[in-house]
Amino acid sequence: MSPEAPGAGPAPAAPEAPQDLFRLQGWYRTMLLARAVDELMWVVGAQGKAHFVLTSRGHEAAQVGAAAALRAGWDYVFTYYRSMAVALQLGVSAEDIFLSVLARRDDPFAGGRQLPNHISVPRLRLPTGSSSVGTHIPHATGAGYAARVLGQDFVAVAFFGDGATAKGDFHEALTIAGIWKLPVVFICENNGLAISVPTHLESPAPIHLKGAGYGMPGVLVDGCDPLAVYRAVAAAAARARAGEGPTLIEAEVVRLVAHSNADDQSVYRSADELAGARARDPLPRLRRRLVAAGTAETLLGSWEAEARASAEAALEAAERAPEPAAADARRHLYPEPAADVAGAPAAEAGA
Amino acid sequence: MTALTLIEAINLALREELARDERVVLLGQDIGRKGGVFGVTRGLQADFGPLRVMDTPIAEVGIAGMAIGAALCGLRPVAEFQFADYLHPAFDQIVNEAATISYRSNGAWRCPAVFRAPCGAGVHGGLYHSQSVEAYYAHVPGLKVVVPATPEDARGLLKSAVRDDAPVVFLEHKGSYRRERQEVSAAETLVPLGEARLDRAGRDATVLTYGIGVHWARAAAAAVAGEGIDVEILDLRTVHPLDREAIARSVARTSRAVVVHEANRTLGVGAELAAFLADELFESLDAPVRRVAARDCHVPYAASQEGAIVPGAAEVAAALRDVAAY
Repeated sequence: MSPEAPGAGPAPAAPEAPQDLFRLQGWYRTMLLARAVDELMWVVGAQGKAHFVLTSRGHEAAQVGAAAALRAGWDYVFTYYRSMAVALQLGVSAEDIFLSVLARRDDPFAGGRQLPNHISVPRLRLPTGSSSVGTHIPHATGAGYAARVLGQDFVAVAFFGDGATAKGDFHEALTIAGIWKLPVVFICENNGLAISVPTHLESPAPIHLKGAGYGMPGVLVDGCDPLAVYRAVAAAAARARAGEGPTLIEAEVVRLVAHSNADDQSVYRSADELAGARARDPLPRLRRRLVAAGTAETLLGSWEAEARASAEAALEAAERAPEPAAADARRHLYPEPAADVAGAPAAEAGA
Repeated sequence: MTALTLIEAINLALREELARDERVVLLGQDIGRKGGVFGVTRGLQADFGPLRVMDTPIAEVGIAGMAIGAALCGLRPVAEFQFADYLHPAFDQIVNEAATISYRSNGAWRCPAVFRAPCGAGVHGGLYHSQSVEAYYAHVPGLKVVVPATPEDARGLLKSAVRDDAPVVFLEHKGSYRRERQEVSAAETLVPLGEARLDRAGRDATVLTYGIGVHWARAAAAAVAGEGIDVEILDLRTVHPLDREAIARSVARTSRAVVVHEANRTLGVGAELAAFLADELFESLDAPVRRVAARDCHVPYAASQEGAIVPGAAEVAAALRDVAAY
């Protein structure tokens, strides 16, 4: 990791504008919660209470900054298994996350059926996703198409990793979105690794440069700076709403821990490389920035304690929830009549 | 009343659904200006515009994935794949994504998309324009798989598929496209998914089939009628879910069954039908269940070889004589 890499530099000397400082403080609190939840997930994984742990550690600034630029519950946001901080910023609770980690009946994403952090909340327009890499990218293109057909100004957003950009799904999704100038923002969180395979073995060219081939801007942004990501995504969303078409954003982030709790990254990452990643950790960096902008240490300390307490309380609440009933294992293979949709039972809505 | 081919009946169904519901959209390669390689979508782009009847690139993953994303946002997309052989690139999207959306979200999301494709041999299309793919999809919970045999059914089944909240794979046999003209009613008729249709009543043996197999069975039934074999034909129409009640009702009465499809024999839909009859109607059967199916091979281009692989009415008649004489 070269010292010139984005995120490695010192906190900016220029004073923050008041509105930016206010935003950064709020985002810092969400990032703290995401980090605290992430750390606790690994604990319950080690305890055997969770079968699988998927992490967002190191991606928090990019995710929170990007999600803050979206309209929660209006824009359709297609996430992937590292998107926990996106979900928290858009209104998902830490308890919801732990209900999915522990596969409990009340897990709002999947009722315990999917691996942890497969975010799905209809009210927030967070559509269900699979565990397959990149398959949701064409779904975002379809959502952008739906906005055009319905004449509504929602934007479709897909979050994915650098590994997904090698998939055909990425290519076909960006091809169609580019041809039709659909209102889609494609956000690649590039942490330099597809599990163990480094970027230079995943992509022959810098990822953001691929935008040109699909007739859309490709934007490179420091993914460890939430404000930079916020501005890039806000500009891309505005462009999409204005009918000017999609944007590909590459946010350079770091992966601070292993791919999952089933992975041993010491096999393929050197101590130097890990130290370089930790030097770019977006949380201490944002903390320094807030201190430089005059945020009191006591306030920061209280937020940090609060995040840990919230994560622990969320875990305790989730642990009290029941397991899903075995008798329901085959339920919802096919949609049931929507008795809960006011005035629109499925048969009638289709007739 | 108008007499329509199966192609025209599907065109009519799509036109009626596009006109009825603004959420219905069509996606696919060559479906717009060209009207589809078989003319199924002819005239629809002119009437409903290039956005709702969209010519896409040759990008089957993108077409299927886009249909799924649009369906998640409330549209009712009908994606056309030029041949069933080219559904394979989209298999991941249909099987891992569309089929699992209701289940994996515990019922919170739905994927009301239709994946249409012409299937089957008999047009000298060679390995990549002749395949029968229904068994792959019938194996997957969460999907419905429909194979119409007649123009009126094609219209009514497709309209039901468009309105169904589950993802539907809709396979149209090319050999049935222009095979017959049938009067379809002026009023719209929906044919429910999952209900078999009694195509011909008979006493001595039941042919269980769908799609092109119905036409082979009709010819075979006519051929053996003079030999005193009175054949019943049950057109399953929907391969998944199967109308197991109708199947059991018919075979319990005739006591003999021949299962017919153009797809390969091994692990085809017929294997499930035969196993079902063995499980549920063992004591009613007066003869072993016979299967008429392709000879576990790819479909070759040369007519002499294609005919050696793909069955037809003669094979169905032979199987009927076999079970009748048992």
